[in-house]
Amino acid sequence: MKFERRRYLTQNIAKILIWMAALSTMAVMALIVFQVLWEGLPVLSLSFFLDSPRSMGREGGIFSTIVGTFALTIVAILFATPLGVGTAIFLWEYTREGRISRTIRFGIGCLAGVPSIIFGLFGFVFFVIYLNMGWSILSGGLTMAALILPTIISATEEALKAIPYSFREVSYSLGGTKWQTVTRAVIPSALPGIFTGIILGICRSIEETAVVILTAGSSLLIPTSLFSPVRTMSVHFYILSREGISMEMAYGTGAALILLVLIVNTVANWLLSRYVRKKA
Amino acid sequence: MSTGNKIAVKDFNFYYGSIQALQMINLDIKANEIFAILGPARSGKTTFLKSLNRLTDLVHGASHTGTILLDGEDIYAPRISLTQLRRRVGIVFDLPIPLPVSIYENVAYGPKLSNKTQKKYLDEIIEKALRSAFLWDEVKDRLHTSALRLSGGQQQRLCISRILALDPEVLLLDEPCSGLDPISTASIEETLSRLKKEYTIILVPHNIQQASRVADRVGFLLEGKLVEEGPAFEIFTRPKNKKTEDYISGKFG
Repeated sequence: MKFERRRYLTQNIAKILIWMAALSTMAVMALIVFQVLWEGLPVLSLSFFLDSPRSMGREGGIFSTIVGTFALTIVAILFATPLGVGTAIFLWEYTREGRISRTIRFGIGCLAGVPSIIFGLFGFVFFVIYLNMGWSILSGGLTMAALILPTIISATEEALKAIPYSFREVSYSLGGTKWQTVTRAVIPSALPGIFTGIILGICRSIEETAVVILTAGSSLLIPTSLFSPVRTMSVHFYILSREGISMEMAYGTGAALILLVLIVNTVANWLLSRYVRKKA
Repeated sequence: MSTGNKIAVKDFNFYYGSIQALQMINLDIKANEIFAILGPARSGKTTFLKSLNRLTDLVHGASHTGTILLDGEDIYAPRISLTQLRRRVGIVFDLPIPLPVSIYENVAYGPKLSNKTQKKYLDEIIEKALRSAFLWDEVKDRLHTSALRLSGGQQQRLCISRILALDPEVLLLDEPCSGLDPISTASIEETLSRLKKEYTIILVPHNIQQASRVADRVGFLLEGKLVEEGPAFEIFTRPKNKKTEDYISGKFG
């Protein structure tokens, strides 16, 4: 009887603790988002999005930083996706578990743990100085691609692992070559997982700051080519608040950033569920 | 074939690493017969089937000695095209494995691999394949819906049509009814008996009764060895080997 009561008590305490853990996580997230939106939303207006910054960002809008964010992210994704997906396919479909694949995986793991400022420094030394690409969309995008590569590789690899071996066997048994099997029987089913990895990469490069400052510069001009320097929204936010230019505009930028990430995720989820529904 | 032997297996040994899965198999399979392979679990039935179209090549560390001839040609010879071989010798697995695409795309998968993508041509062979597997009437109005929505029996017949769309010569069937209800099983068995006019069928039945219903000849595998083979009627009524008799009468299995 006593034991029964203790069991009941333990059960209830555990339930309360777990609820508290989940609720406090939610609370912290809600608080951050709420604070930024509370301060930033009043600043947002159509002209805030469509005007370029004036007098260091104290006035005007954030148009050029939105362009910068998109340009940098697109370049990063264009480089990182084929490389990352290719590496994952190599690791999972083309090599047996062995020294080579273990070494590559170890390298990817290390890469994922390297602080972004180190990536920034590498990009600065290698792309900006050594390859003489200067502070530019290209330098920034390439460095960012290196930064998000591990995310895309592991997401793709997880997605490939989840595809039953039998799909591959069916494809081979119908006379498929390895390449046909990978591209026709495996990848279509793994696409949602790969896509999730790419979305994580997009969000990461939208929010990243250190890499951009060191490799893409902080120009407020609208870029004209891949070799133009740019400032992304995150960097704009950082400079506005750090250098005390305008807290008001900083919060406005922050709110716009949060909205952008929300939109990207919502659209991605919608596309994903549509794709999955179409297949089922 | 003048000799009537579609497949000739000679002194065939098969190994997974150091484990021997098949021992000294000698067997002739005639064209247009249903040959059933009986045997308890882990006796090497699936390995035998998969070595007939070299799906065993996918297993790391697999090796073999001896020869398997298809129409007198060594299928392990270096000049043999693997993709070609697997089209000629098609396999249906024990569980239906529809790919997560439409019914149409499942059947079109094989032909498309060899670049046959003309819609009119595909429509034709897909209808023919689905008719041959007796699935056409049930699915003709929903060819472009997901194959995953079919019942288990329909999925397995879909897998058979997927193979038939390649116009193979030999059909390997590995317990094709193991996950199915009696009605679906009956429809697949009926399908098999009609298909044998055009194809050579090697079947691992999911029970002895099934073998007795459909097989022309039967072989009994035990621990990787072909204990006995012969016409179905003889094996079921007058098995020569004591172990075969025990297995058929249900003393073990």
